[in-house]
Amino acid sequence: MTPFTTLSTTAVPLPIEDVDTDQIIPARFLKAVTRDGFGENLFRDWRFDKDGQMKEDFVLNNPLYRGEILVAGANFGCGSSREHAAWAIGDYGFRVVVSSYFADIFRGNALNNGILPLVVSPTLLDEIFKTIEADPQARFTVNLEAQTFKNETTGTVSTFDIDSYKKTCLINGYDDIDYLLSQRELIEKFEQERQDFSLV
Amino acid sequence: MGKTLFDKVWDAHVVTEIPGGNQVLYIDRHLIHEVTSPQAFNGLRRRELPLLRKDRIVATADHNVPTKDQDKPISEPLSAKQVRMLTENCAEFDVPLYGLGHPYQGIVHVIGPELGITRPGITMVCGDSHTSTHGAFGAVAFGIGTSQVEQVMATQCLLLTKPKKMRINVEGDLSPGVTAKDIILYVISKLGTGGGTGYFVEYAGSAIRALSMEGRMTICNMSIEMGARGGLIAPDQTTFDYLAGREFSPQGKDWEAAVAYWKTLPTDPDANFDVEHTYRAEEITPMVTYGTNPGMGMGVRESIPVSSDIHGAAGIAKAMKYMDLEAGKPIHELAIDYVFIGSCTNSRIEDLRAVVDLVGDKQVAPSVTAIVVPGSQQVAKQAIAEGLDQKLIAAGFEFRGAGCSACLGMNEDKVPAGKYCVSTSNRNFEGRQGPGARTILASPLTAAAAAITGKVTDVRDLLLQPA
Ligand code: SF4
Repeated sequence: MTPFTTLSTTAVPLPIEDVDTDQIIPARFLKAVTRDGFGENLFRDWRFDKDGQMKEDFVLNNPLYRGEILVAGANFGCGSSREHAAWAIGDYGFRVVVSSYFADIFRGNALNNGILPLVVSPTLLDEIFKTIEADPQARFTVNLEAQTFKNETTGTVSTFDIDSYKKTCLINGYDDIDYLLSQRELIEKFEQERQDFSLV
Repeated sequence: MGKTLFDKVWDAHVVTEIPGGNQVLYIDRHLIHEVTSPQAFNGLRRRELPLLRKDRIVATADHNVPTKDQDKPISEPLSAKQVRMLTENCAEFDVPLYGLGHPYQGIVHVIGPELGITRPGITMVCGDSHTSTHGAFGAVAFGIGTSQVEQVMATQCLLLTKPKKMRINVEGDLSPGVTAKDIILYVISKLGTGGGTGYFVEYAGSAIRALSMEGRMTICNMSIEMGARGGLIAPDQTTFDYLAGREFSPQGKDWEAAVAYWKTLPTDPDANFDVEHTYRAEEITPMVTYGTNPGMGMGVRESIPVSSDIHGAAGIAKAMKYMDLEAGKPIHELAIDYVFIGSCTNSRIEDLRAVVDLVGDKQVAPSVTAIVVPGSQQVAKQAIAEGLDQKLIAAGFEFRGAGCSACLGMNEDKVPAGKYCVSTSNRNFEGRQGPGARTILASPLTAAAAAITGKVTDVRDLLLQPA
């Protein structure tokens, strides 16, 4: 996993609520057996029509909007647990997704892939959308160490929550498996000591 | 203070707690399928790790499998490759596989319960969001991503923060024609697709207790559609009766000990929930969805809202454009093209029996393509033993082999662009049943009624007709 510390970039606005993972990566693209190349089909059916022609009105097809931050409406990533959604977002080049809240499984999947799901208040989310609408080149700065998010245009600095363990993982590029493997002895002790009705 | 069912099961599986609030949670049962496991197996190989506990993992192939000619090789090359990879990975890591051709093959959330792998008091995961289904037995069961599939393979544990607790009570008696599916569509229409985010939901109340295990599974299955991490129902005599004598259920003395333990699991009377909602069963009518997420549901006789507490006007307008429907109007009597009876929500034997009962000697409307896809080989076998397949075929339905089928556009069974499908599955997202497909979620009864009339129909009208 690539370590994450700070990022200063323009952002891509997607002011739609309840974006589900079937939109982020449709099921027919889940047939790959590796983690690579999903970015090509990110938001496939919103980006392209059935003949493969670009839909001009979709934000990813608008050259004005570029950047490593995706800003989306509430409840981003609901629906299917497919981690392919996080892979597609990362492979396309986003390192941060900003929203007022995320679906639980997506949030976990993003963190496990070095993508920061950054939660802001609904009011702040509105302000961010307005800033980008007024100036697509507006810049935003994320500082994970300080847990701050700065709108460089308005100067608004907000703080965001992240649990300290996940923060350490992101900063160092660790994943949970490294930690869990270090707990092997405790896990085996747990197995021996408990009364287990799951296998009998 | 007392503990909830969820607390009891979760807390009994915490190996240790780490600073920052995360807990190491032990996982008793791990189900895998072909779509979300290949990258996890690759990860194990890359890190040169073995599978920690082979007696806790079971595999099946369901998402990519064709539902016609299941004895022939899969024609679509990428699907064939994914299923082949599962077979090879299971052979290499010594994982029991109920693949195509095996009598236990089927949708992962159908086979777990019917084989007695699912049971009360356990923790259970699968790289699939509808793992919440298994909560119907009083298990803590939830969907995970592929990185977590790899973690469970390597360590039998996950690092998690404990979710908050919600209880949803449904009290009273359901009216004729109203089913478990209508209950859950009703609840999701009240709470929205994000209403359960951060929570584990316990379903309780007299209407829930009165349900069969099949009905309870339908309810828990769709917990994820309101954003909940999982859903669960207290185990009781209905649960024990369902599990007794199943292939992998405990036997003899072990069974007695297990039941004694399971009886200790229900929520204590003085336990607290973070949030509680209560609904009256009598207020629930047959439900349909009108939009592009499962929260956009309403009674079949109601009109599509222009906006609601949960869905803003912009969201509904976007959905109306995709669905080619009009806010403010009803969808009762809308002409439909497809009916899909299947998926991990409604493909169990009880669902098939209900459809056959309703159809009687009526015929599928000539304008409708109607398919019935049993959730597993065992469901199919039972249906055939009861003659349900012949009755369905005689009425004009297609009766297929087990798999996820038209629930998601990943195998050959798709709904064409622009066509309306009344579906017993769980998701009406844009493109879910195929690019451009328009899904109307409903119960098996409402779907069967639509198959007969060719329109979105209030099933109660058919029930009232003299035989
Ligand atoms: S039937 Fe549908 S929802 Fe259920 S596991 Fe298969 S694809 Fe997922």
